[in-house]
Amino acid sequence: MLNTSMILAQEEEPSPVLPHVSEIILGLVAFLILLWLLKKYAVPRFEKLYEERTAKIEGGIEKAEKAQAEAEQALAQYKAQLAEARTEAAKIRDDARLEAEQIKEELRAEAQEEARRIVAQGEAQLQAQRAQIVAELRSELGRNAVELASRIVGESLEDEARRRGTVDRFLAELEASGNGAGARK
Amino acid sequence: MGALVLTAAEGGEFAPPGVGDFFLPPIFLGVTKPMVLVVFSVIIIAAFFLITSRNLKIVPSKMQFAAESVYDFGRNNIARDQIGSQDFRPFVPMILALFTFILVNNIFGIIPFFQFPTMSHIGFPLALSVLVVYPVYHYVGIRRHGLGGYLRNQLFPSGVPKPIYLLLTPIEFFQKFFFNPITLAIRVFAAMFAGHLILLVFTIGGEYLLLEAGGALKALSAVSFAFAILLTFVEALIQVIQAYVFAVLSAGYIGMALASDH
Repeated sequence: MLNTSMILAQEEEPSPVLPHVSEIILGLVAFLILLWLLKKYAVPRFEKLYEERTAKIEGGIEKAEKAQAEAEQALAQYKAQLAEARTEAAKIRDDARLEAEQIKEELRAEAQEEARRIVAQGEAQLQAQRAQIVAELRSELGRNAVELASRIVGESLEDEARRRGTVDRFLAELEASGNGAGARK
Repeated sequence: MGALVLTAAEGGEFAPPGVGDFFLPPIFLGVTKPMVLVVFSVIIIAAFFLITSRNLKIVPSKMQFAAESVYDFGRNNIARDQIGSQDFRPFVPMILALFTFILVNNIFGIIPFFQFPTMSHIGFPLALSVLVVYPVYHYVGIRRHGLGGYLRNQLFPSGVPKPIYLLLTPIEFFQKFFFNPITLAIRVFAAMFAGHLILLVFTIGGEYLLLEAGGALKALSAVSFAFAILLTFVEALIQVIQAYVFAVLSAGYIGMALASDH
């Protein structure tokens, strides 16, 4: 076929639709070699790559989902902790307020107590001083009265027993009349 | 071609390019240009895929990305779409080989120095369609459905009124067993043949006008060359489309043979 075609080509225009056997054989062999090479080497490599890539992407997605779930969990945990801390803080604040109130109350009571005590003490002291002064005045007054009386009388009222009785009786009378006047007022 | 133009120039008469331009004398010992180109195409494609796939990474480099794009196109856009996602895997190498083999051999038509679409010699596409695609799709069909089941599937499509089979069955028969492989080969052959011839017409015509025509006609050679360049781009598109069509139809035949319901 090839030879006839070549002869045809030399003599006249060859027919383009008549195939050359040599070209059919060469085309087939060349194609089969290419097919074999691709099938044996290229395609398995690419398919393997595709599988790896798919696995990698799927793994990546899975990992991302896991990370997201973890993050959400952590967020929920933080929120719970925050709420807990808030309630605790409120509780502490309330406690503190309560305690402060209590302390204030105690201090006030203590201060009042102290004040009452001081007042009482002062009163007692005053009472004591007054009694003392009254006693002193009474003895002074007695002595002065006796002296004055002795000067007036011109004689010493030596008789101690008598003197005491007289002065005391006088003072008692004075006191009684003073009290009576006070009551009348 | 050079010799042809030279004689034309000497004779001073325009000789239009013809079929003879597709059958150049052998380079040596009966080895012709398309034969060399076919061998070369196999080397180019094999080298491309073997080198780029030698160290594939999850994150591709530029070369790997290019190879992956081609592989992806053959695998997903042609094989998987036509054959179906369950059965396409065993046919990926074949579809990929068909697509790249025809693509590179077609593209040879516009690459400087090669400048010859191998598929314009009908022997090459015929070898692919009649000796590769044709036996493969019948074989996988028969293996899947059994001989009887396969023939029933192919020749008696379901959902048709009975009398129609009188008409339909012979048509289906001739189509499945004769015309499919023949038209598959002729489609790419004719496109490459015609495309190359048109490029020759405009190139040789432009050359003739430039060298031989007188006066104002010389300027027309520029138009002719411009058309040759323009058509080269058109041709590039057609070459890619034809390779794609061949691969898609091959995958489609396989898919139809495997499909249980027509």
